[in-house]
Amino acid sequence: MRSVYFDHQSSTPVLPEVFEAMKPYFTEAYGNPSSLHQHGLRVREALKRARQQMAALINGDSEEEIFFTSDGTESANLAIKGVAYANERKGKHLVISATEHPSVMNSVEFLEKQGWTCTRIPVNAEGILQPEEVQKAMTPQTVLVAVHHVNHDIGAIQPVKEIGRLCGEAGVPFYVDCESSAGWLPVDVKQFGAALVSFSPHRFYGPKGVGVLYRNKRARLVSIIHGGVQEGGRRAGTENVPGIVGGGVAAEIALREMASRSEHVTRLQKRLWSGLKSKITFLKLNGPEPGPYRAPQNINISTEFIEGEGQLLSLDLSGIAVASGSSCVSKSLKISHVLAAIGLDHALAQGNIIMTLGKDNTEEDVDYVVEEFARIVARLRAMSPMWDEFERGVIDSVIAPTGRGTSFSEHAAKVSGKPAH
Amino acid sequence: MSDTYTLYNNTVMDHFMNPRNMGDIKDADGIGEVGAAACGDIMKISLKIRDGKIEDARFKTFGCGSAIASSSMATELIKGRTVDEALSFSNQEVVDALGGLPPVKIHCSVLAEEALKAALEDYLKKHPELATQACKSEVVAA
Ligand code: FES
Repeated sequence: MRSVYFDHQSSTPVLPEVFEAMKPYFTEAYGNPSSLHQHGLRVREALKRARQQMAALINGDSEEEIFFTSDGTESANLAIKGVAYANERKGKHLVISATEHPSVMNSVEFLEKQGWTCTRIPVNAEGILQPEEVQKAMTPQTVLVAVHHVNHDIGAIQPVKEIGRLCGEAGVPFYVDCESSAGWLPVDVKQFGAALVSFSPHRFYGPKGVGVLYRNKRARLVSIIHGGVQEGGRRAGTENVPGIVGGGVAAEIALREMASRSEHVTRLQKRLWSGLKSKITFLKLNGPEPGPYRAPQNINISTEFIEGEGQLLSLDLSGIAVASGSSCVSKSLKISHVLAAIGLDHALAQGNIIMTLGKDNTEEDVDYVVEEFARIVARLRAMSPMWDEFERGVIDSVIAPTGRGTSFSEHAAKVSGKPAH
Repeated sequence: MSDTYTLYNNTVMDHFMNPRNMGDIKDADGIGEVGAAACGDIMKISLKIRDGKIEDARFKTFGCGSAIASSSMATELIKGRTVDEALSFSNQEVVDALGGLPPVKIHCSVLAEEALKAALEDYLKKHPELATQACKSEVVAA
């Protein structure tokens, strides 16, 4: 059976060159970078090199602006809480978009319980926010604006340059979560006017267990993990040396190969979306059309009348790895907050599938996925009472309304109006 | 395939991939369609009942893998039972027969119990003479 990995947003394989570069740092160069002897100094040098490689990927000026964390979530926690605590005297107001990653959303919620307030900027139906809304939301108490570059769910690209300019004018630090873009699209801290940027090498063929936070020296930041004075006192704890070294090499290669990788996935993305929509009826693309406002790796779709977990499980049994924002897939039984924020009907959010492409995927992979997916959708629709009720005119389609029957939501409310568990 | 990992156990996966009793019954004697408050999924069970016994049961499910497996198993289990017996059917039977479900997926089996009971209520509404003392409370609660 063919095996197709279409979940590069979750993680990517480590490149052989990256793995080779990491190896000596497990067995030979095992010193602690804080030690003052040969063993320590050797790895300290290696970290410095990795910082330069990371800075180069995002057009940062110096390695001193790069802090290593354990992953993207920790970077987001440090950026949000670290800036908020550092500026507590100045003000306690934050501005974020409604579609940030949970690591940002939940860090902000944590602060709200401690007396901070936050304005969440809504996005349009394609998932993009208006920069002017950010400007309007800022007050003299605002200490941080956080907007991601590319959305982790629907691949929408935010107007970060424009937002950065407005933040610069207002003198408010701007944090850009680049977890879903770095290594695939150009990230330029200067063009973005970003005071903070985070990204993770495991999203571009580096290892897991290392996250990167860029911080412009002008932005005040305090540590949220307390201990020694590693990472300029901004992140205590012994660095993950092999991971950092590997991450640095992955960043260097990503920078070098960015144009060809991105061109490759752009081509596959077009083929995938046109294949899917030609083979499957009642299918909706969530987020912008492939093009300048959508990351080239991402396809996020809703298949009407069926649920996402069943699609994901069936695809997995066909050797195809994907993700889903359906409530049945999440441990909280809630649909993805991104899908809710773009105003997607619950029925469509339930049928959600996310496919994210990588450099090693091929046209044959895409064609196989289209074919298998069409077969799976047909099988699940045959099992779905909603499909049958749609065909009998009891309920209507959200994607292509026929004018017959009630909406799915009305119908669902009616049938779950019974005393529920 | 020993190196295949699954989210659910083999019994659940089997009922998901090869569901039993999937479909509708023409001229069903009772039809129940319910939605899960937790996740928004929908399940429908149709029954053919003769002489107070469930002769045939079919399901259609808009829901996750464990909801599909639960409805498949529930319809298997209740075929041949009397209406009275079926009225005391519980989701735990489905969970046990499936060899267990992850904690977050227990509500999917509850959906199967509710769909079955809704179908029985529908049947009893059409046949009030059969609503015995034992099951009256169920009917009144509906
Ligand atoms: S029915 Fe929705 S989680 Fe199982």
